[in-house]
Amino acid sequence: MNEEKGMSLIVKTVTRWLKGFIFLFGAYIVVYGHLSPGGGFPGGVVFAATFILITLAFGREYALRKMGKILASELDSLGALLFLLIALLGIHYGGTFFLNFIEKNHPSGNFNLFSAGTIPLCQISIGIKVGACLFMIFIILAVVRVIFVDGKGKLITTEKKEKK
Amino acid sequence: MEIIIGTLLVFMIIGSIISLETKDLLSAIISLTAVGYFACVALLFLKAPDIALTQMVVEVLSLIILIRATIRRDLTTIEEDRDFFGLITTFALIFVFFIFGMEALRYLPPFGTPSFTLNSNSPSNRYLLNGLKETGAANIVSSVILDYRGYDTLGEATILFTSILGALAILRVYARKRSKNE
Repeated sequence: MNEEKGMSLIVKTVTRWLKGFIFLFGAYIVVYGHLSPGGGFPGGVVFAATFILITLAFGREYALRKMGKILASELDSLGALLFLLIALLGIHYGGTFFLNFIEKNHPSGNFNLFSAGTIPLCQISIGIKVGACLFMIFIILAVVRVIFVDGKGKLITTEKKEKK
Repeated sequence: MEIIIGTLLVFMIIGSIISLETKDLLSAIISLTAVGYFACVALLFLKAPDIALTQMVVEVLSLIILIRATIRRDLTTIEEDRDFFGLITTFALIFVFFIFGMEALRYLPPFGTPSFTLNSNSPSNRYLLNGLKETGAANIVSSVILDYRGYDTLGEATILFTSILGALAILRVYARKRSKNE
């Protein structure tokens, strides 16, 4: 790891310790969205905030190597398609769009993790989608420019602008 | 309760005016974030923890994005005075909105009275009474936005998708290269 990129050593060490916990908090908000305050949207924003923290602390090259350049847009599309697929499965099972077709009540009470039918699946897909989408918006606005070479889109960093 | 909400609203208005009138771009962003923080506290007092959480995380994220996107831009300053006609139009529009808003606010129930206590056939009444039984989700907000009102969430996801498409299409540096045949 190149020590000159990004912020100081203190910020890098704290980020290295904290990034897993922040990601875990986002996952908690997403998965427990049907039981406690939270849901797919704020959890996804916390996911994006984790990667933004890594980007700010370690520099753009490190974060883009971790997250992948096109992987974020693919995760974005994946979340949207998963959400639409769950909605369409409602038509297949009961004839209504967005039908909650999985059995809703847990035998040992309603306050269990797997208790609300399709709602936790929708939360997870929206969490993936929002996290990838907001991270893409961040790297477009602040880090990365898109150039088109020979008809194919490429994401480059602003540092390498002269290279074309 | 109303005194607390009113105090928070006054702070929010002060922060908005500061962020509009200040010369420094960074100060404007920070005072805008203070407005968002007061909105988060007000939502907590109004017993809406879902929206307060969303407001908080989105506020932090937008603060980072705005600072990161504006910190190296050159500042453009406008020296001339404001357009008189524009000012008059603005005040006229605010006045018209105020008149219609007063007319609309007359039909709302008084502050602190939930609307489902006034009309027993309202949809929110059904969500509150049968939400846990019909959807199995203990968080009623979650059951509304993903089960009863799934179309709205689908529209929101579509809006995010379209926004990222627009950002990718517009914010690139170089235009698409023209092919040789043209």
